[in-house]
Amino acid sequence: MEKLQFLAMIQAHTGIGIGIMIGLGALGACIGVGLMCSRFLEGAARQPELIPQLQAKVFLLLGLIDASFIIAVGIAMLFAFGNPLLAAVAG
Amino acid sequence: MSAEHALTPTGYIQHHLSFLVKTGETPFWNYHLDTIVTSAILGILTFGFLHLVVRGATAGVPSKRQAAVELIVDFVNEQARSIFHGDIRFVAPLALTVFVWVFLMNAMDFLPIDLMAELVYKPLGLEYWRSVPTADVNTTFALALSVWVLMIFFAIKVKGVGGFIHELFCAPFGGNPVLWPFNFVFNLVEYISKPLSHSLRLYGNIYAGEIIFMLLGLWAATGVAGTIFGGILSAGWAIFHILIVGLQAFIFMMLTIVYIAMAQEGH
Repeated sequence: MEKLQFLAMIQAHTGIGIGIMIGLGALGACIGVGLMCSRFLEGAARQPELIPQLQAKVFLLLGLIDASFIIAVGIAMLFAFGNPLLAAVAG
Repeated sequence: MSAEHALTPTGYIQHHLSFLVKTGETPFWNYHLDTIVTSAILGILTFGFLHLVVRGATAGVPSKRQAAVELIVDFVNEQARSIFHGDIRFVAPLALTVFVWVFLMNAMDFLPIDLMAELVYKPLGLEYWRSVPTADVNTTFALALSVWVLMIFFAIKVKGVGGFIHELFCAPFGGNPVLWPFNFVFNLVEYISKPLSHSLRLYGNIYAGEIIFMLLGLWAATGVAGTIFGGILSAGWAIFHILIVGLQAFIFMMLTIVYIAMAQEGH
């Protein structure tokens, strides 16, 4: 019964951790992308002839801003499906 | 399905996330046979195709294949020239290699997950086979570390070993010996974070994409409503993933060019 309690505790906290990782990561990434795209729209409105070049840069920066968030999602998936913290109890 | 993974959702996902590991004497020498074979086959196909098209190229009206290859080569050349104002005779072909190869490796994610079971398990009896090489962190680290080694090589080639060490300790804060530790730590962080972020960005995007495909597919196992919604969301995610596959290859290529250009220009 003790072991089951430990297991439940680890899994519950891991679940909360996964939620925080993905949630806060998404928050940061979306705000960052929103700021960048608002600047792009401003720039495009001022100088429409630069739109193709700016658009290429926008996509590049989109990928760079998303990077930390996607890494956090990868780590969260690791915890969701192959939780290394369970090794302390399952043994 | 192997005996260790029960037919539960978690077991299904864990089965599909396992590599075909060939063990060596110590765990360091384990390698993922599926990743190596898939990336080798894709490399041979891509560069063989490009080589054949280039060999049969005409200066007159181009065939459709030649026009397509010219499109890609021009695109990469433009990007390299806009970023790096020196000699691009090495960087541009490197960027082309990285772009086309990474794009095709990412594109293996379009194949259905259980297609590999048909192609590999039934005829050959192999238990595991992951078809997307860039969803293996080893592949992306191999590519990023190669670019890192090239970055250091070009820095030493342009500045000399003495100049490289001087810049390691004196940029960006100044040449005063008091500042040497701070400069060194600054440069160390930069040199470590570049390959790390370069590789993990590509790995994370493709790996997360695969997992979401699997999860959406599993939703269909819960019943009719799950199948309908899972199908709609899978279609939406697949369309978004087409953008991500191309975008991540483009970003990997651009960062390759930027890192090597920065190494050749100095601070």
